[in-house]
Amino acid sequence: MDSRLTQFDELAGADGRIRAPYRKLSRWLAETPPELLASRREQAELLFRRIGITFAVYGAQEATERLIPFDILPRILARSEWATLEKGLIQRVAALNAFLADIYGAGEILKAGVVPADLVYRNPAYCPEMAGRRVPYDIFVHIAGVDIVRTDDQGFFVLEDNARTPSGVSYMLENREVMMRLFPELFALHRVAPIENYPDELLATLRSVAPPHANGDPTIVLMTPGQYNSAFYEHSFLADKLGVELVEGRDLFVRDDVVYMRTTEGPRRVDVIYRRIDDDFLDPLCFRPDSALGVAGLMGAYHAGNVTLANAVGAGAADDKAMYTYMPDIIKFYLGEAPLLQNVPTFRCREDEALAYVLDHLEELVVKEVNGSGGYGMLVGPHASKAQIEEFQAKLKAHPQNFIAQPTLALSTCPIALASGVAPRHVDLRPFVLQGANGARVVPGGLTRVAMTEKSLVVNSSQGGGTKDTWVIDDAWVDEEAMGQA
Amino acid sequence: MAVQHLRLTPRNYDGQHVVDWRIDVDRDCRLVQSEDAFGNMLHRFSVDGPLESISTVVEGEVTTFDTAGVASGAVERFPPIVYMRETPLTSPSAGISEFARKTASKESGTLGKLHALLGALHESFTFDADATHAATTAAECFEHRMGVCQDFAHLFIACAREIGAPARYVSGYFLRTDAEDQVAGHAWAEAYVEDLGWVGFDPAHGVSPHENHVRVAVALDYLGAAPIRGARSGGAEETMDVKVRVAQMPVFSQSQSQSQ
Repeated sequence: MDSRLTQFDELAGADGRIRAPYRKLSRWLAETPPELLASRREQAELLFRRIGITFAVYGAQEATERLIPFDILPRILARSEWATLEKGLIQRVAALNAFLADIYGAGEILKAGVVPADLVYRNPAYCPEMAGRRVPYDIFVHIAGVDIVRTDDQGFFVLEDNARTPSGVSYMLENREVMMRLFPELFALHRVAPIENYPDELLATLRSVAPPHANGDPTIVLMTPGQYNSAFYEHSFLADKLGVELVEGRDLFVRDDVVYMRTTEGPRRVDVIYRRIDDDFLDPLCFRPDSALGVAGLMGAYHAGNVTLANAVGAGAADDKAMYTYMPDIIKFYLGEAPLLQNVPTFRCREDEALAYVLDHLEELVVKEVNGSGGYGMLVGPHASKAQIEEFQAKLKAHPQNFIAQPTLALSTCPIALASGVAPRHVDLRPFVLQGANGARVVPGGLTRVAMTEKSLVVNSSQGGGTKDTWVIDDAWVDEEAMGQA
Repeated sequence: MAVQHLRLTPRNYDGQHVVDWRIDVDRDCRLVQSEDAFGNMLHRFSVDGPLESISTVVEGEVTTFDTAGVASGAVERFPPIVYMRETPLTSPSAGISEFARKTASKESGTLGKLHALLGALHESFTFDADATHAATTAAECFEHRMGVCQDFAHLFIACAREIGAPARYVSGYFLRTDAEDQVAGHAWAEAYVEDLGWVGFDPAHGVSPHENHVRVAVALDYLGAAPIRGARSGGAEETMDVKVRVAQMPVFSQSQSQSQ
């Protein structure tokens, strides 16, 4: 527990000795004049502007699109660290999939009393329309973005399982591309595992879950809510990289339970939809009738097995913050294994004892809404004003079941390059896990999000957080290097 | 082009036996029958345009029995707890919560509390077909104190869930003693009572459903049980005409037609 109280810097380590994965970078930084870093920062800004990578912030008054701050120093993980993480992620997603297949099927975990039935059945993301339905290969979560933090060099904590339509992978890919242009010399110094194959892996994953009638040559589309969505840039970027059509609901139609895409050469049958649109908007005949973003009759085609949706409808029932607290039990129940990645200790405010503790310790805790995301509706106790704490006290008392609370973790820090020099900032990591009929894989890396403000723990891009390139480098090489130094 | 989803076919339960039922659509289409999430009969079809109108005629014969409102022997796909789910149409406002708790506190036992709610709603709300529309929420109806059977059903559901009883929306038909021709189907609610199971409550009439009620579909709210949900591409305006006729045998028929 103590390690959580002191801040762990991924470069400097606990004892102040530069950690092995950062040795080369650290030496390079020492030899590099500040002017060079400054000019590279400018170049990076220019490159991102030219690429046009932006995202929209809901509720922001000024321009609807912003450039996410990018930091030019890579975040580095050793291959051995990555191996632990990778295994844990694959285990986690296997458990999420088993859980979803179960709660929409036989419900064994509910009968066993491991997870309270009301937590599943009353969860807004639980989709009654999926009950009793099988999905291809029992895979509900094809793409997961699992948020990871660390507090020491021992292990990793899972902060959140994003099993709906996780975004951010385009930043992972763009960050790498920009870094390779900015710092060829750093790539020459390190053996960095490639991530450029992510689109190929994603495509292979999507192809593997296509309905049998596609005969191994499925037509895949990426479905977006449209250009006003905050992640539209990513949708168009990914469609381009995947080599598939980017479509909106109005580009598709359903006839006799088959989905077609309107093309200049007439209707073309669609087999797999990588949808980046929420369940509620998919089909106005089944869900929100006012949705102009979806396709009327899509759920009929889905239930008939004529089209595969990735991720599956109803996958969100596994990733809300209340369910999160049961993940260690869920992993044990289905896989008979101990969880490889730890959960952050979490208080379920729906339980009286936990609620009492939380109300007494709000100044130390982070309180989150069970169904919130993007850092909205969240209280960071140590940084909150008296009024904010009082506001949350009232909210907690009125609707305790809507909240969980966690100790404020001393998230690890990584160096970032500022105009004033190099300084540590808190980070998290979102690796992207792919699960298809062809197996599970994680490209070595992910999106490192960084709180650009000193001491801030909020890394969400909607709250002013930035991103960094994430490197997984070869251990053997690190060791050699260490020996060479000795 | 148009796609239509029909929940217009009743199923058997202890209170009714479907003798005969059929659906006719006046367009060349394939009518696909399936069961929806809540165990209702669902018919789906799509029609290629251009279209002036679609007419759907549904006719049948149902024998009904008075079960004192208990809806046993129906197709159940979920444990009752699912019917505690809140939906936008049935979300309780502060006013509804207070009304529900106050009204229910006068009685002990779930059944008594539910009957108290039924009586109070029937008494203090006025039927007015012009006051609300298909998307009116329970909270809006509560404020206006006016509405139609659909609104009262939503309101009853919100109240029942508020006092901890799972509740659901029922769409169906009602045999009136004063007229055979009607402008719409009927709607009421069912709530779950330990030891009894699902019990019907018809707040529009202030009674539990009896042999004049034909039970067609259940769901969390109107949207899941709506007799017709449709979508079309192209076209400018759309109107829907509904005619319902419910009569004692030997003459029993009801029809819904839609034109656009």
